[in-house]
Amino acid sequence: MNLLQRLRGESPSAVAAKSRLQFVLVHDRADLPPGKLDALKDDLVEVLSRHVEIDPGAVQISLTRDRGQQRLVADIPLAPARARRRPVN
Amino acid sequence: MPAKVVTITSGKGGVGKTTATANIGVALASAGQRVVCLDADIGLRNLDVVLGLENRIVYDLVDVVEGRCKLRQALIKDKRLPELYLIPAAQTRDKTAVSPKDMVRLADDLRGEFDWLIIDSPAGIERGFRNAVAPADTVVIITNPEVSAVRDADRIIGLVEAEEKGPPKLVLNRVKPEMVRRGDMLATADVLEVLAIELIGVVPEDEAVLVSSNQGSPAALDGKSRAGRAFRDIARRLNGESVPFEDLEAGDGLFGRLARLVRSGGQA
Repeated sequence: MNLLQRLRGESPSAVAAKSRLQFVLVHDRADLPPGKLDALKDDLVEVLSRHVEIDPGAVQISLTRDRGQQRLVADIPLAPARARRRPVN
Repeated sequence: MPAKVVTITSGKGGVGKTTATANIGVALASAGQRVVCLDADIGLRNLDVVLGLENRIVYDLVDVVEGRCKLRQALIKDKRLPELYLIPAAQTRDKTAVSPKDMVRLADDLRGEFDWLIIDSPAGIERGFRNAVAPADTVVIITNPEVSAVRDADRIIGLVEAEEKGPPKLVLNRVKPEMVRRGDMLATADVLEVLAIELIGVVPEDEAVLVSSNQGSPAALDGKSRAGRAFRDIARRLNGESVPFEDLEAGDGLFGRLARLVRSGGQA
């Protein structure tokens, strides 16, 4: 990383190394590869959609590590109430 | 006091297990300790050449385990240090020639007569690794500051903990301070944050290591090179001494001091 790259606002490669490392380790430690997590998310969206109106594209599932404990975190924004109101037949 | 059994392992190959085993063994023996270095990498033996003892091998680890010789006959005595010995690996067999139980028995036979047994583990997580770790009182994990090596170290930490060997200790090898300073290499603090185990050594990349392995004379023998000194510090820490860590990563100039300040979040 030289001065020019620094001035251009590029981040040093060690920053990328650390974040990539943290990403692979969180999946390694949980024995849950990213592709499996995507499949889990699709299933989750399907089940949730049977009960509440959600925007499938906005659902986020991630693995985190909190004081030595692996945690699966799901962020599921509900669709706004107006959009949820369905026409009565 | 019965010998302490230390296994040097890494998961990934080529990070410096054999170099570390030879140098830590040499450093302990230089301090007057009675040391056996054991090459557990059956089929790919190399600790003999790194120690410069390759032309004196008669018997090996598998000969001992299979009863073709007495343990004493397989111990190759170093000429430079009176209390340093090597048990070489067999070159024409594979890892299944020895079991974890064999290794525990062998280590127990050595405990009474030596202060240290330093075991050089093969790469990988299979039988060879399990053989090497089985008799260990302490496991030392060696890694390099790169994503693949640290990832493998993390996997090994999990396996060592599962074997109930107690928390392993970490050696970070082949650090290039200049690259760390310009942000192109993971810093010691980054690796420690990710792996969360106790650090017992940081070894800088040093041409002296290659030169010394060319000559079969480990850098820790004279302790004049930076890497040689780092390995001597590791040996002292293993021996229970509290040795301060050299700050390899920050230079002494203005930029070095600034880098240190930035890394410590302004609390230098």
